[in-house]
Amino acid sequence: MAVTTRSKRIKTAYLLLIPGFAWLFFFFFFPLGSLLATSLKRPLGDSPEAGFAYALQFSNYSQAIAEYWPFYVRAFTFAAIATVFCLLLAYPISYYMAFKAKKYKYLMLVLIVAPFFASFLLRTNAWKTILSSEGAVVGFLNFLGVLPQERILSTSFAVILGLIYNFLPFMILPLFISLDKIDKRLLEAAGDLYATGNQRFWKIVWPLSIPGIVSGTILTFIPASGDYINAELLGGISDKMIGNVIQSQFIILRNYPQASALSFTLMAIVLVFLYLYLRKIGTKELL
Amino acid sequence: MKKFGRHLRARFLQGFSVAVITYLMIPLALIIILSFNKPRGRQNTSWNQFSIDAWTNICRDPTICRAFSLSVQIAILVTIVATILGTLISFALVRHKFRGKDSATLGVFIPLSTPDVIVGASLLALFLNIFIPLGFWTILIAQITFTISFVVVVVNARLTGMDQRLEQAAMDLYATPFQTFRYVTFPLALPGIAAAALISLSLSFDDYIITSFNSGRLVTFPLYVWNAAQRGIPPQVNVIASIMFLGSLGLVALAAIIAKRRKLKTLV
Amino acid sequence: MPKNHTVQDLYLKNLTKRYDDFTAVNDLTLTIPAGSFFALLGPSGCGKTTTLRMVAGLEEPTSGEILIGEENIVPLPPYKRPVNTVFQSYALFPHLTIYENVAFGLRRRGIKDIDKTVKDMLALVELTPMAERKPTQLSGGQQQRVAVARALINKPDVLLLDEPLGALDLKLRRQMQLELKWIQKDVGTTFVHVTHDQEEAMTMADTVAVMNEGRIEQMGSPVEIYENPKTTFVANFLGQSNLFSGTVKGIDGELLAVDVNGVTLYVPKSKTNITSGKIVVGVRPEKIKVVDIDTPGLPKNQIIGKISDNAFVGVSTQYVVESPWGQELSAFEQNVDPNDLGYKGNEVVLAWEPRNSFALDPDEDLTAGIEPELVSN
Repeated sequence: MAVTTRSKRIKTAYLLLIPGFAWLFFFFFFPLGSLLATSLKRPLGDSPEAGFAYALQFSNYSQAIAEYWPFYVRAFTFAAIATVFCLLLAYPISYYMAFKAKKYKYLMLVLIVAPFFASFLLRTNAWKTILSSEGAVVGFLNFLGVLPQERILSTSFAVILGLIYNFLPFMILPLFISLDKIDKRLLEAAGDLYATGNQRFWKIVWPLSIPGIVSGTILTFIPASGDYINAELLGGISDKMIGNVIQSQFIILRNYPQASALSFTLMAIVLVFLYLYLRKIGTKELL
Repeated sequence: MKKFGRHLRARFLQGFSVAVITYLMIPLALIIILSFNKPRGRQNTSWNQFSIDAWTNICRDPTICRAFSLSVQIAILVTIVATILGTLISFALVRHKFRGKDSATLGVFIPLSTPDVIVGASLLALFLNIFIPLGFWTILIAQITFTISFVVVVVNARLTGMDQRLEQAAMDLYATPFQTFRYVTFPLALPGIAAAALISLSLSFDDYIITSFNSGRLVTFPLYVWNAAQRGIPPQVNVIASIMFLGSLGLVALAAIIAKRRKLKTLV
Repeated sequence: MPKNHTVQDLYLKNLTKRYDDFTAVNDLTLTIPAGSFFALLGPSGCGKTTTLRMVAGLEEPTSGEILIGEENIVPLPPYKRPVNTVFQSYALFPHLTIYENVAFGLRRRGIKDIDKTVKDMLALVELTPMAERKPTQLSGGQQQRVAVARALINKPDVLLLDEPLGALDLKLRRQMQLELKWIQKDVGTTFVHVTHDQEEAMTMADTVAVMNEGRIEQMGSPVEIYENPKTTFVANFLGQSNLFSGTVKGIDGELLAVDVNGVTLYVPKSKTNITSGKIVVGVRPEKIKVVDIDTPGLPKNQIIGKISDNAFVGVSTQYVVESPWGQELSAFEQNVDPNDLGYKGNEVVLAWEPRNSFALDPDEDLTAGIEPELVSN
């Protein structure tokens, strides 16, 4: 660029950023601060109707964690299991789409994305019907005698199944994109240089797909850890996750400081996980 | 033997992929089947009798259609605003060098890695703290907020793959920066922007968690489904979901056919 | 295209481009006469493309001026410069038809009634039937012609060509070289052509500037710089050379006598300022005759050596001959009558006319400009 236009271009960059970031500041980062402030409020009376006052009541956190830590553990365990299974299911199909499916590639892509347009609540609810104790699936499995609790619905298994189902496309899409980007000639070159099929996969395809794995696992694990829909619709009383607690504290009990403290704790744990994960993997290609 | 092994592996991959897609399709099949059901009681969970009542009379319970049209309105507005804001950010991030770029990237990434309950809850905390009544506008604000980052990610993917020399060529051919954007950058980015808009549309239309925190008394389509799930979802909901699903498939097919025709035409 | 389109000279004045720790273009001063076909020749990384991009306005010089006629164009953004570029691998707009690609510059300048101009241009590059296609539906050679048409239609003062033929196969490249040359003669625009292919530069350009490490090593007509290279870099990069380090022995009429390991070689006095002390004598391989010992009537410069390798390449036989002091010399013998000297170990005489020698500064690295891959592609 000529001398005069360089500073102009930098100015353009800030002009482009301002509207979006103003929005994110006012409606994301500022509310997060607001949530933090709320999480330290103290109640003015015995019931939530009495309201809350600004304070620095850190005991909200210690109380929240002391009382609800099993829900965090359950949420992260469920989310981790679901993420691993999503990866196991998504990798082969993404690989197939990127390298083998040829003209069916886009048809498959459409079939994976199209369910997004049919309400996910309704789809999760459909699983409830399919897995219900009166249904054929459970009947058959009980006939085989393989169900320890003789039911699927209202078990941790059902919740995890629902999480896998709902977040699988979020794993497939980034994985597919990163695999599809791989220049097919690289594989030919590797074959030419005496790499066997297995070596070709582990030395070329796998390393090049790591950005996709990173985005996919993040896009699956984080929303799954905060989810409460699947636990609500498919799980039993003892399968509730931290999302359920936060939701009921906010919406039903209206204990805003407590709920905020729980949310903030969740956020902090997620960010720590994310930081450690990204540092371990060491990728810069997040966006 | 080796060849046989490879063949087996290819078959396995194919079978596995078909199985995964089937897994994704099972609930949809049930939804579509039950849209033709005439349930015995309130619960539309087991087959009773074939009927097209629900299809011919979608709005028998007007709250369904009201919820649906509210969701459509919100989704359209969210898509427009989020696509514009997100695309602008993406252009700045990919096309420009400036100080603070890493922080800006992080600023886009953090909302993406925040669980929905927290996005919903923190906005609720804000609205309560500054006494904004919950309703249409708060839903809109909440949904735009969580959609922007998705738009940035999708548009970024397109822009990163774009050859910068095309813009240089445009400038070399007397296009001012604005004309370069108007005639080269924008048309080339358009598929990415369209994909981002489509994703915004589906994210917004289908959002339950964030919306549920900020909806007040308004009922969007997912909220309706949630409420109905307790006492039984009427088959009309299945009809709407079926239309959305089959309609999206139909639109994709139509677009593919048009694209193919156009290609043939230019080749002849 | 009007032939009498008035174009102006292009001047580069003390042009410098420095990156953090690397000087791409170093104090370059150059005049490119209006209407000439000018080639900037050099190995990759020599700064030739950076120079071109500065003229186009796509890079900002660290210092120096670029003038077209009287006007310094450095402050102008690319879209205000009377300069157009044919990009390496073309950068055709994939979403526009060929017609719209060619019309792009005219439309941006708000010119009306462009249809005839565009169609004439398409006819000139023989792409009329392709007008409604998209770039991806064209072959490499066709795309290249679109790129030229898209730039030329704007009647720029200067057309910049950035390795425009690099992506084409050899045969097509030779054909396009001639076509470009013909188009340039036809339109009379100044062409500045950047290339690393010395044959391409010599075939096409009126003036060739050999660039190395951000500086011009030598500039002149192809014949001039080929016959009388001024530096070892030019001698080696532009074709091949045999270079001999020696000491001036004395003056013999119009010739300088030089002692090279006991052999006396002659070089015209007019080709150097050196009159005593160390000197480098050079000769091109094709100027050398390879003959039997005792052949009568040989030119004055003679070296006896042993054939260590030979290769028959059709138009000529290329010999590698080891001199008595162990230097490998190369000589090309034209295939007029195939001779049978080609036994390895045969003693032969390498002989050439003194006027075909050239002289170089003794302080230079004799291997400068020898490309790792000597294979001309």
